[in-house]
Amino acid sequence: MATLTSLFDHYDYAITIFLMMAGLYIVVARGNMVKKLVGLSIFQTSVYLLYIEPAKILGGTAPIIDPAFTVYSNPLPHVLILTAIVVGVATLALGLALVVRINEAYGTVEEDEIIEKDRES
Amino acid sequence: MNAVVNGIWTNLPVLQVVIPLLGALLVGFLRRAPLAFAITLAVSWVLPFIAGALLTQVLTGGPISYHIGGWAPPWGIEYRVDALNGFVLLLVSVVGAVTMPYALRSIAREIDEDKRAWFYCMYLLCVSGLLGIAVTGDAFNAFVFLEISSLSSYVLIALGRDRRALLAAFQYLVMGTIGATFYIIGVGLLYLLTGTLNMVDIAARLAPAMVAHSPAVYAALAFITVGISLKLALFPLHAWLPNAYAYAPSWATAFLAATATKVAIYLLIRYYFSIFGIAIDLDALPVNDIIIVLSVAAMFIASLVAVFESDLKRMLAYSSVAQIGYITLGIGIANQAGLTGGLVHIVNHALMKAALFLAVGAVFYRIGTVRLSELAGIGRKMPLTMTAFTVAGFGLLGTPGTSGFISKWYLAIGALDKGWWVLVFLIVASSLIAVVYIGRVLEVIWLREPGPAVAQASDPPLSMLLPMLLLAAATIYFGINTEWTAGIADTAAKALIGGLR
Repeated sequence: MATLTSLFDHYDYAITIFLMMAGLYIVVARGNMVKKLVGLSIFQTSVYLLYIEPAKILGGTAPIIDPAFTVYSNPLPHVLILTAIVVGVATLALGLALVVRINEAYGTVEEDEIIEKDRES
Repeated sequence: MNAVVNGIWTNLPVLQVVIPLLGALLVGFLRRAPLAFAITLAVSWVLPFIAGALLTQVLTGGPISYHIGGWAPPWGIEYRVDALNGFVLLLVSVVGAVTMPYALRSIAREIDEDKRAWFYCMYLLCVSGLLGIAVTGDAFNAFVFLEISSLSSYVLIALGRDRRALLAAFQYLVMGTIGATFYIIGVGLLYLLTGTLNMVDIAARLAPAMVAHSPAVYAALAFITVGISLKLALFPLHAWLPNAYAYAPSWATAFLAATATKVAIYLLIRYYFSIFGIAIDLDALPVNDIIIVLSVAAMFIASLVAVFESDLKRMLAYSSVAQIGYITLGIGIANQAGLTGGLVHIVNHALMKAALFLAVGAVFYRIGTVRLSELAGIGRKMPLTMTAFTVAGFGLLGTPGTSGFISKWYLAIGALDKGWWVLVFLIVASSLIAVVYIGRVLEVIWLREPGPAVAQASDPPLSMLLPMLLLAAATIYFGINTEWTAGIADTAAKALIGGLR
């Protein structure tokens, strides 16, 4: 019961972990390279949530110092994740560019078919 | 004038990263291959001087703490250089500088003219990322540099001529991104526990956090270990490595094999000995046992696979996985001699593996193939190249008189200090497998009559010959004079072990 309550109280973490596992599963289980990249993106996005969620302090306001407020949200994780998003976009772009080149070279983006073609040649 | 010199001298840590970064931008804008090579060569030759100056400062005056933008740590990003990462900085810059002249002709042979400038651009980005990982004292900054170096190395690999290079780069991208994301999950957990990203600060604040949240600390340790292990190709997370090294352009293989995995190993050592080791008792956890078991598995299984490889580049790639096993074995033994052995093998393996891959690249430059079956008698046609290969190959075996012997000697002493006789036996036994795969190549290249494929072969031009002869000479030199390698590694290991809880 205590576990359930804690899970309910921290439902946002449950979502994060679900996304993390779902993303990783897609990367491992799918042979289609575009789908693999989708899984990879979901996996990376779940980490953005992992950073952002604890940064929001209940009742906290934007981190601009003002005598009227005493509780602020933590701005650092947001900035870190801004950087991580850029990294994620770059990775996805490079991954998709490689998939385009692979499609030109092999005529398919299914991993098993590509391995089959390499074995023939 | 004095002010300028002083300004350069005090800003060396950041110049180490900024110079190749700006060089990459310049090359990216100019896009003319000859000009790109000239800039890259100039940058590559400047970097060892910076790294050398840093290491000298550290060895005489203790660790350097550099505050980016004047923001004091732990608020600002700190670049922190001590004996360990000064050593790694020097290794990466020296390998880049020594091998760079080789790139001119090798790259001209293997990459189309319109893509050459981009190749150099990606190389400079990669160097700047690798040096950044080594120099930074900030956990998140290390992630950013890790991704800079990884993304550029995916491109370097994808520029290989064979279409399988694209597939290898894609697989490396998927594995590498999973590794980096695992690492960042671990760093996130550490940040939640301690509220800081500065490595020294994390280490200080982790011990109090252990009291209430030990499962979270263990989770962070696990995520970081797996994440970095993917990057350094610790067995069995090495699946991306053989194809990536086999199909990348020859010069890129030599550079990446010598530096990329080594910098990841440095990061793992940093986390084990400067962060987790200070805060928690690692001996109470099975961390070292797991590392030792996986290292021994790498030494044997990867070496055995190498014995049956017919493609020289793939054979050397599997041999790299095995040699990384020796380095991580030193980390797992975790005493003074063992860690010294691991650290010194980072340098020794980098130099000899670069020499081996460069020699194989020279073969490809002349006859367009590196399949062992077609290389019969090539030693008589390319004697100097194959001498470099042979010397570095003997280093790989750990023959006395070469640098590989020094590494294995320290590792064996470390294992003996712990009373692990079996491990000493395993180190020797796995070296015997290396005797088989290197010996098999030596037999083909020296003892057989030259076949039709190698009839027209001859030693490559001096710009390609000199780097590999230099590296092969270093394999012998560091086997006799160990002051620069084992001496500095010993100092670094002492500092790391001394900080352990």
